[in-house]
Amino acid sequence: MRRIIVSCAATISGVVLLLSLKPHSTATTSSASISTGSSQSSSSTAGGTSASPSPSAGSSSSSSSSGSGSSTSARTFTGTAAQTRFGPVQVKITVKNKKITNIEVVEYPSDNPKDQQINSYALPVLNQEAISAQSAQIDSVSGATYTSDGYVSSLQSAIDQAGL
Amino acid sequence: MTGTPLRHVEHVMGTVFSFDIRDAGSGARRDAVQGALRRAVDRLHRIDELFSPYREDSQISRLDRGELALDACAPEVDRVLRACAEAARETGGWFSDRPAGRLDPCGYVKGWSVEEASRLLREAGSVRHSISGGGDVQTVGGPAPEQPWRIGIAHPLQPGMLTAVVAGQDIAVATSGTAERGAHILDPHTGRPATALASLTVVGAGITRADVWATAGFAMGPDCLTRIEAVDGLDALAVLPDGSRRWTSGFPAYAAPARPTPDPADWRSALPALSAPGRPTP
Repeated sequence: MRRIIVSCAATISGVVLLLSLKPHSTATTSSASISTGSSQSSSSTAGGTSASPSPSAGSSSSSSSSGSGSSTSARTFTGTAAQTRFGPVQVKITVKNKKITNIEVVEYPSDNPKDQQINSYALPVLNQEAISAQSAQIDSVSGATYTSDGYVSSLQSAIDQAGL
Repeated sequence: MTGTPLRHVEHVMGTVFSFDIRDAGSGARRDAVQGALRRAVDRLHRIDELFSPYREDSQISRLDRGELALDACAPEVDRVLRACAEAARETGGWFSDRPAGRLDPCGYVKGWSVEEASRLLREAGSVRHSISGGGDVQTVGGPAPEQPWRIGIAHPLQPGMLTAVVAGQDIAVATSGTAERGAHILDPHTGRPATALASLTVVGAGITRADVWATAGFAMGPDCLTRIEAVDGLDALAVLPDGSRRWTSGFPAYAAPARPTPDPADWRSALPALSAPGRPTP
């Protein structure tokens, strides 16, 4: 089982490497495309008070006890769109009882069909791994690959907003 | 009383800067720290305006095109270019502010801008904060008294996974990797992309210097560990393309102790190998 995971990851990093060396243009202008819809204010405070009660992540997430208020219900936080040279990567997390229960990639580079194909494969794997690594209890992450760079950046900002 | 942490995320310089201030306090003190945070964010945008090689109108771009004289630039442009020259000397020519021919001091500016932001917070009295600029992390103090910051090192070959966790107070951690910057980190001697390492993480006191050495050492390849071993105050962890790891003699002191985990598939399974005695084998 473990070996399968590792070889998958190796394949993906190979693909990501290819992608990262591909010199296609980056489109998006330098103006920060900051996510809409979530608490994107400057100097946001932490501690769970800055929740953005955006509609909870519909897809696949279990038992999204939609609705409001209580600390046991799922809440979503949308990370900033991290600009990579291939385009923006943005994730949305669902938090329940201070645990990430779902991570949805709401935006990823998709200039051409090949990017879409690669990302539709690579990003769910990143999601799964990020969820399993959350027990690492880390304050910050150093270094990253191309896709995970944008991914980790956006994820970090969502985690910061959630005050986890 | 330190109050609730003050966190802020800013998109600038083509990446995400993340602030985590643990001693923001409350009342007037919080206002002061918040003011410093605003100044730090403004400073980052100002640095981007001056130094981005991706902006046609930045002073660096205009300087490179010969449209602007150095003495007409902002004073920090000259300071940064001098610091780049010093970094090139210190690394034996393995750091360059013209990695691809045109003027591009990004290898220095990112780390330096994190340190600048941290300086502004310290001037407002903060002694417990962590700032990450696109994966370059500067910590000041600890998250709480007697507690270390914990910084995950992204696994270069398994996206989303960690290869180690570094812990400490007042430490800076910079990582260079193939996939993120494969087209960026060029061997200044051959002009070709460096590929001998999958990633190099450098730990030190200041992020500017750690970042310079992560960039230069990545171009050097595995031999960089011997060089970094000889540099006071720096340690490093290298991941080779085959996934094996090497480190300087001081690095294990930063490796965070393993914690019990219900999930056998996560990163901690990698730690026993790290805590075993190991010297770089150049």
